[in-house]
Amino acid sequence: MDSLTSLMDGFGTALTPINILWAAVGVLLGTAIGVLPGIGPAMAVALLLPVTYGLDPTAAFIMFAGIYYGGMFGGSTTSILLNTPGESAAVVAAMEGNPMAKSGRGSQALAAAAVGHFIGGIIGTCLLVALAPVVADLAVDIGAPDYFAIMVLAFIAVTSVLGKSRIRGFASLLIGLTLGLVGMDQMTGQQRLTFGSLHLSDGIDVIIVAVGLFAIGEALWVAAHLKSGGDGAIPVGRPWLDKKDLKRTWKPWLRGPVIGFPFGAIPAGGAEIPTFLSYVTEKRLSKHKDEWGKGAIEGVAGPESTASASAAGTLVSMLTLGLPTTAVAAVMLAAFQQYGIQPGPLLFEREPDLVWGLIASLFVGMVLLLVLNLPLAPVWAKLLRIPRPYLYAGIMFFAAVGAYAVSGEALDLFILLIIGLIGLAMRRYGLPVLPAVIGVILGPAAENQMRRALQISDGSLTGLVNSPFAVTVYAIVALILAWPWVRKLLPARRTEERAEERV
Amino acid sequence: MTTLTKAPEDALPPEGRRSWLKEHSELGLCALLAVLGILVLTDALTMDDHFAQRGPVGPQAVPTVVGIALLLVAALLTADVLRGGKGEAETGEDVDLDTPAEWRTVLMLAGVFLGNAVLIGIVGFPISGALLFWGAAYVLGSRNLTRDPLIAAALSLATYVVFNNLLGVPLPGGPLMGVL
Repeated sequence: MDSLTSLMDGFGTALTPINILWAAVGVLLGTAIGVLPGIGPAMAVALLLPVTYGLDPTAAFIMFAGIYYGGMFGGSTTSILLNTPGESAAVVAAMEGNPMAKSGRGSQALAAAAVGHFIGGIIGTCLLVALAPVVADLAVDIGAPDYFAIMVLAFIAVTSVLGKSRIRGFASLLIGLTLGLVGMDQMTGQQRLTFGSLHLSDGIDVIIVAVGLFAIGEALWVAAHLKSGGDGAIPVGRPWLDKKDLKRTWKPWLRGPVIGFPFGAIPAGGAEIPTFLSYVTEKRLSKHKDEWGKGAIEGVAGPESTASASAAGTLVSMLTLGLPTTAVAAVMLAAFQQYGIQPGPLLFEREPDLVWGLIASLFVGMVLLLVLNLPLAPVWAKLLRIPRPYLYAGIMFFAAVGAYAVSGEALDLFILLIIGLIGLAMRRYGLPVLPAVIGVILGPAAENQMRRALQISDGSLTGLVNSPFAVTVYAIVALILAWPWVRKLLPARRTEERAEERV
Repeated sequence: MTTLTKAPEDALPPEGRRSWLKEHSELGLCALLAVLGILVLTDALTMDDHFAQRGPVGPQAVPTVVGIALLLVAALLTADVLRGGKGEAETGEDVDLDTPAEWRTVLMLAGVFLGNAVLIGIVGFPISGALLFWGAAYVLGSRNLTRDPLIAAALSLATYVVFNNLLGVPLPGGPLMGVL
């Protein structure tokens, strides 16, 4: 019950007029940017980060929570009305949502998505309230070897579970780790990969890496292959659902969080897998099997609720362990560090106002999302028609603003461009971007934990595996690594069928 | 390094060889990873260890591991490419992979961005930002000579005012803001 009182205090923080205003601004900005084609939630959050630089941490994170949910909702609007989703979590929304929009049921698809986001988010955030303090309590006792093990798990999971090619995932991770090495070694003050540059000895700011890989990399990549003309977005009216639709959607909405929340909390790449699982589940349970592929509303409602709940699950590991499991969470962690706040088990003790204010504002943000976005949907749909040269020029423009705002130095813009070119090469050759971002942000932390663990054990490598927790985690890591071979030994089953459905 | 052994078809005529290289341009990425690995390793091995070392693991350990891993991945990726593996280019809302890539546009866009990085300290953000937006829009195919610069100027000025004056994020005003 302790967390309930804290949550009430949190609402006290979140419901002041000025903080409601920040939350509303965040939701509107997040949706507006997230709805723009080619901009996924991670890029939206990275591009909007500088907006919060001048605010105090609590206000900044309240606005951030709005941006987060707004960006996610905006992304699903894009995939429903435009069909070609730029971001993995929204892929599933397009599968049924776009056929619905094409057959004139776009308003219902958007409403199913919006309410799904709302319900998934509310249930997910309630689970967050219940679970986060418990996890934080447990996590207080875990030591350096355990942290290192969890981070190794995150590295391996993010390179191996997602994506088509492991070797390319590892290449991306190593690029990220290398970028994370640049700067002064935190323990000894030794300069690494700085080549005598004073500016580099502070390290490359994670925000610059994120904006470079997501925004500049994407803009350059699109510039190489800019589609002329395009399909054009489908116009919609005001979203609504009638009784028949509600009867079909309420169960998928409620089932979503069950699948989404646990997947969000573990380092398995966020919403991609759970939304797909939700899609398959709803398809199996549906009474209208003939409509699937032609616009079954359950196929929008379930996955969208799942995606939203998985975002809440992501926050559990991000806030209590400092472990980002998705690109958005990685950018958010960077934002915390920008304010000198280190998420982890002690966060709930050290910054209760901020954490509970943030969690309360997630609820506020979701209500605002529903209230603002349902009536505004036709406006968001118009944003999809922005001329592409303006859109990508705007991305370059705001990326420059964001990178410059980090420390006010033009040198950062050069670094941004170099990282953008790396992002371009990664897109060209199919290296996933997420492992690189996780590598940059977790690499230095993992190194510190490892060295601390070895310091305690006086250099003996057994110091890394001296707790049952760490051993368990390494066993999971070994299993993930061995999975391709293990799977070959198992009789061929559904996995292939699923892979086919995906296309 | 395996990266260097990329010419098993030496006997091919020049055009055939060129198209082979074009087909396997991913080897360039392997080479880049290998170079990065060598760079990281050299940096790690040339570190002087005068620093008061706390604990048994010094600052060289992790870079050494990362460097070796980079070389390993470069080798494995090379093997994968030579066996016919291919990284799938990323798709997206505005990406048309059926047309050949226009690297000239990319180069010009990067150039425009570089211009902004050079100019921001000299002429201030409102001007350099406007040039960045206009230039980028022009490179990407927008040719409206009245609307484009107007949008660019308005966007840049509004961003400057919002960030600098409302949000408290300082941007350089440059001589223009000195006059106004």
